[in-house]
Amino acid sequence: MALIEIQHLDKIYNSSAVAVHALNDVTLNVEKKEFTAIVGPSGSGKTTMLNILGGLDKPSSGFIKIEGTDIFKLKSSELIDYRLNHIGFVFQAYNLIPVFTARENVEFIMLLQGVSKKEREKQAMALLDSVGLADRSNSRPNQLSGGQQQRVAVARSLASHPDFVLADEPTANLDSESAGDLLDLMETLNESHNMTFIFSTHDDRVIKRARRIITLQDGAVKSDVMN
Amino acid sequence: MYFTLSWRNIWRNKKRTLIAAASVFFAVIMAIIMRSAQIGSYAYMIHSSAKLYTGYLQIQGEGYWDNRSMNRSISPSEDDYEFIRSAPHVVSATPRLEGFALVSNDTATKVAQVIGTDPELENNMTDLKDKLIKGAYLKSDSDGVLVAEGLMKMLKLQVGDSLVLYGQGYHGQMAAAIYPVAGFIKMPFQELNNSLVFLNLKTAQRFYSAPDRITSLAIMIDKQSHLDETIHHLKKLEKYAVMRWEEMLPDMYQSIQLDNASGIIMLIILYIVITFGVFGTIMMMVSERYKEFGVLISVGMRKWRLMIITTLESVFVAFVGVIAGIIGSIPLVYYMHHNPIYFTGAATQTFEAMGVEPIFYFSTDSVIFFSQAVVVLIIALASAIYPVLFIRKLEPVEALHS
Repeated sequence: MALIEIQHLDKIYNSSAVAVHALNDVTLNVEKKEFTAIVGPSGSGKTTMLNILGGLDKPSSGFIKIEGTDIFKLKSSELIDYRLNHIGFVFQAYNLIPVFTARENVEFIMLLQGVSKKEREKQAMALLDSVGLADRSNSRPNQLSGGQQQRVAVARSLASHPDFVLADEPTANLDSESAGDLLDLMETLNESHNMTFIFSTHDDRVIKRARRIITLQDGAVKSDVMN
Repeated sequence: MYFTLSWRNIWRNKKRTLIAAASVFFAVIMAIIMRSAQIGSYAYMIHSSAKLYTGYLQIQGEGYWDNRSMNRSISPSEDDYEFIRSAPHVVSATPRLEGFALVSNDTATKVAQVIGTDPELENNMTDLKDKLIKGAYLKSDSDGVLVAEGLMKMLKLQVGDSLVLYGQGYHGQMAAAIYPVAGFIKMPFQELNNSLVFLNLKTAQRFYSAPDRITSLAIMIDKQSHLDETIHHLKKLEKYAVMRWEEMLPDMYQSIQLDNASGIIMLIILYIVITFGVFGTIMMMVSERYKEFGVLISVGMRKWRLMIITTLESVFVAFVGVIAGIIGSIPLVYYMHHNPIYFTGAATQTFEAMGVEPIFYFSTDSVIFFSQAVVVLIIALASAIYPVLFIRKLEPVEALHS
């Protein structure tokens, strides 16, 4: 069974005078341990695709099953819990909680899951160690560089032991060196922890490193190739 | 961790939080001092009036207050006296037999309020002996009378003169007697000073042909707040009427009510200031974190958890101000409590009209401070409705791309 099964996914926005077909009959599967980039020009539907994959937006038709669960049949609160326990998120602008330290940001996800304080601290430190930031565990986001913040965001995304990580333009705000380091980290996690990563990006540095590239155009899958 | 997050969130913008807390701080200080002055003065006025004459409550015959007839006097048994004196919080119970009589000396005659009382109990309750300006205080085994200073002047009396009393006694019997003047007293208010004559209870009962009868039993209690409890107990004596000070001093009660109402209006204005201070801050704190809320919900935080965090933030902002306000007001209130304001000039007339000394007391009742915390907590919770509604409507996907 595929990790993610997407069937005949449509998303139409009716908010403006003209209906916008953001996704048009998208059908594809994502297997475990993939390192996949969703690419395409602006307006191609990458973000919509990622939002729907993350259960943040609902499709107009079609369905998504994650490990057999049709996530859009879940109630709103169940869907939030589903996201907490099964999906990791990495955002373009890092979006860490500014008043928390790096360790607290990672711990916070585990707090939501009800993990004990002692266990949270232990796991948070292990995750920060795995992203190379154990020595910055007590730093707040504004004391970290963009690359470091994004690595904390990656650690946070892994804190809940998700089935896969969705990363929305993760390198867009990073310089080349930081972007390279981040991709190295993600590749390592993908290989050593069997973590599935799905990126939306138009960053060539990411596209080159992705093992599968799904190209969207006008909301439809234009190509789906192994790299 | 939720507490930590909320607490740290309010300090993201220190200046803004401090300004909001300062508005709460000053409003709370003003509210506490205002209420302390009002409640302290009311308590003092009530206590002064009760101690001056009426007591906090009185036991009377049914209907006596509306029709001050000797015929509505009562004759409590020893058991009744014991029941009353042993009632909870009762400090003293002073029996009195009161009536009106014409009082004469030489060719001058005036109407006087004649009060027969137990000299010792009366002194314990009203400090009547302290008001003596000439002569000797009442004795329980003597017929000598005490005459108020104003009446003394009108009748041109001297200590040792004979005072003729003429009136109507129990069941319409004629009451007439001549008593020696034992001394003069000075009452703090002109109306009383021009009309009072005191004699001991036994003498008054003989004068009015009402042996063992009294028209009232004036009762002092240890604390005004215990009044209801004491009354509840005394009402078990169903054959008597129990009168509260509010019924006996309606003018004072109404003026306190009126003043209290104006104080409450001022308090409401202060609370509105607090509400806007807290609400404005919370509104800004919430609006500028729209995207952050979207992120938190996206990563798996349930909305109710976020609502708790923002509610805690409202409470924290308000409580930083209220705690500081309470701490700041304590020394001020205690200083004013030990150094009450003495009014002089025209202001004294207002107080005297109500029968109390012109002193502005401050209360240190902990309820005044505690109530501020409760009201501000309610304001904080009311202010938290905005972020709760904001979060309830929040769509994470829209917030993320805002």
